[in-house]
Amino acid sequence: MAVKVYIPRDSSALSMGAEKVADAIALEAKKRGLEISIIRNGSRGLYWLETMVEVATDQGRVAYGPVKAKDVPSLFDADFLNALSSFTSPHPLSLGLTEEIDWLKKQQRLTFARVGITDPVSLDDYIAHDGYKGLKKALTLSGAEIVKAITDSGLRGRGGAAFPTGIKWNTVLGCQADQKYIVCNADEGDSGTFSDRMIMEDDPFVLIEGMTIAGVAVGATQGYIYLRSEYPHALKVLNEAITKAESAGYLGKNICGSTHTFNLEVRRAAGAYVCGEETSLLESLEGKRGLVRFKPPLPAIEGLFGKPTVVNNVISLATVPIILDKGAQYYADYGMGRSRGTLPIQLAGNLKHGGLVELAFGITLRELLYDYGGGSASGKPIRAVQVGGPLGAFLPESQFDTPIDYEAFSNIWAVLGHGGIVAFDDTVDMAKMARYAFEFCAIESCGKCTPCRIGSIRGAEVVDKIIAAKNKPTPDTLKNIKLVRDLSDTMLNGSLCALGGMTPYPVLSAMNHFPEDFGIVK
Amino acid sequence: MQDLETEQDLDAKLGALISEHQATPGALMPLLHAIQDDIGYVPESSYSQIGRALGLSVAEVHGVVTFYHHFRTHRPGRHVMQICRAESCQSMGSEALEAHAKKCLNVDYHQTTSDDAITLEAVYCLGNCALSPNIMIDEEIYGRVSAEDLDTLIAEARA
Repeated sequence: MAVKVYIPRDSSALSMGAEKVADAIALEAKKRGLEISIIRNGSRGLYWLETMVEVATDQGRVAYGPVKAKDVPSLFDADFLNALSSFTSPHPLSLGLTEEIDWLKKQQRLTFARVGITDPVSLDDYIAHDGYKGLKKALTLSGAEIVKAITDSGLRGRGGAAFPTGIKWNTVLGCQADQKYIVCNADEGDSGTFSDRMIMEDDPFVLIEGMTIAGVAVGATQGYIYLRSEYPHALKVLNEAITKAESAGYLGKNICGSTHTFNLEVRRAAGAYVCGEETSLLESLEGKRGLVRFKPPLPAIEGLFGKPTVVNNVISLATVPIILDKGAQYYADYGMGRSRGTLPIQLAGNLKHGGLVELAFGITLRELLYDYGGGSASGKPIRAVQVGGPLGAFLPESQFDTPIDYEAFSNIWAVLGHGGIVAFDDTVDMAKMARYAFEFCAIESCGKCTPCRIGSIRGAEVVDKIIAAKNKPTPDTLKNIKLVRDLSDTMLNGSLCALGGMTPYPVLSAMNHFPEDFGIVK
Repeated sequence: MQDLETEQDLDAKLGALISEHQATPGALMPLLHAIQDDIGYVPESSYSQIGRALGLSVAEVHGVVTFYHHFRTHRPGRHVMQICRAESCQSMGSEALEAHAKKCLNVDYHQTTSDDAITLEAVYCLGNCALSPNIMIDEEIYGRVSAEDLDTLIAEARA
């Protein structure tokens, strides 16, 4: 029988040459007259080991990585297809049984249960790995019962705002309307985050299933996935998966023989960060400039085309199937305090071992940075980390013992956001990072409110003055610092949305924790 | 001036794309994507035809095209190279990579090389932050890009 060889098709693996590795393995097998079956799976999320090739054995899969195309002949020489018997004299790239790799073994993968294991576009594979069990369960329940399960699970919006998902759904459920919508916010613009992309590329059916359950729950018949244009591979995978789900009766009219209808379409964004804000996203979906709307009315009441709309992040929706399948309590049993369940954490930036770590809330930043991340990639001390994307605070070493928990982060004036962690070594200039935060806000501002539109530009100008005087602080330096603080106060309290309202987080945290970089004494 | 044949081609293409998307709710964004996918940019000369079909003014179409970084109103080079400028890539030396690219290509952002091979653009996150710094050429992403890697990729794009 042909040996099964798994080679990821995830963007990150492709960015490290997975396509060339796949070609080389197919070619080498042919040359040697060996029969193999190549499966293009998702990534396990151990990105520093990409391209990670796995070979199926009786005892589970055996991993090799990071494999380059040039390593392929030597893998065959070492009889890597006969992975178990080659354990006696393993190839230098052998990582042993995948499931036994410490980094993976210690994780608690609920939302990411199938990621890296299955062929993302195989519906059979999805179903064989517990797929669509959540929807089947949901179809036996009333809308209110489904919403109750989501509420009881304690799931909070994983896009960053951490608003209880069940409450949002309940509002839409309670609205009377001829049309309701489910909108998936897949405009994952935060630097340091890629968990949405992984779900969409590596297990798209779980998102489709989650959105379908949402539709069934609140009575919405149309769904849109608003996908950022920077993710062309995700677009292809999603569209392929949607077509397969439609032809198998999991989307469209009479889903799984029920009376429910749910149609789903992917819409491409066009490179505007602010469209990750839900009202701006809805404007964009309607074919307009992505200007932020005033709230109220809430999108749950007057959302897309003025109709009641659930807007949820990819991870929130992709977590719905397991909650329905295993029960609200099963999910709620993970986590700490008011942060229930797990968070897919993304380790990024200057780290030796970057990738996807899904764990229950409660693990500390330090454990993530050192036990998982392996310290900095450069070998220098980690000086600062930014958690929660470009609008998240910078944390100094003294705060590394903070647990991953929404409230614990909020207590130190920081945010968890979408769970992205970007590490910087000691070469980072925090005044430059503060300047960049203002610059980014200026580039991405929708322009509707003054604090964001003008404040960001003035902020960058003032930080420039502080930087210019850094080595020889003048009396103006302290005045300018005060000016940045005043300006930040205006932006925090006067902006219409989180873009202007949270840009002060990176700015002020940089100033508070790293004053020496601004030419002021600690 | 463009020759008439080209303008007629454009009109015909636009007409086909418009009728394909016209009935879609919120048609403008999918239509603009379809136009840019097909001809590489959204020409300003298309605004009035789009506007007429969707019941929008030229100003409204212009407003949408220019709001989004992804849409361009002029024909790009044969390849578009995007360099990530976001925090994660900065932590792994993207600033030096940007400078290197600008120097090698002798262009700034939003400009095209003199041989028409590469248009250089900035991008704010490609979602490959565990393997920073990143660049994207057309629709292919490259991780852990060194200056030497960039030289090779530029040479390939120019070939």
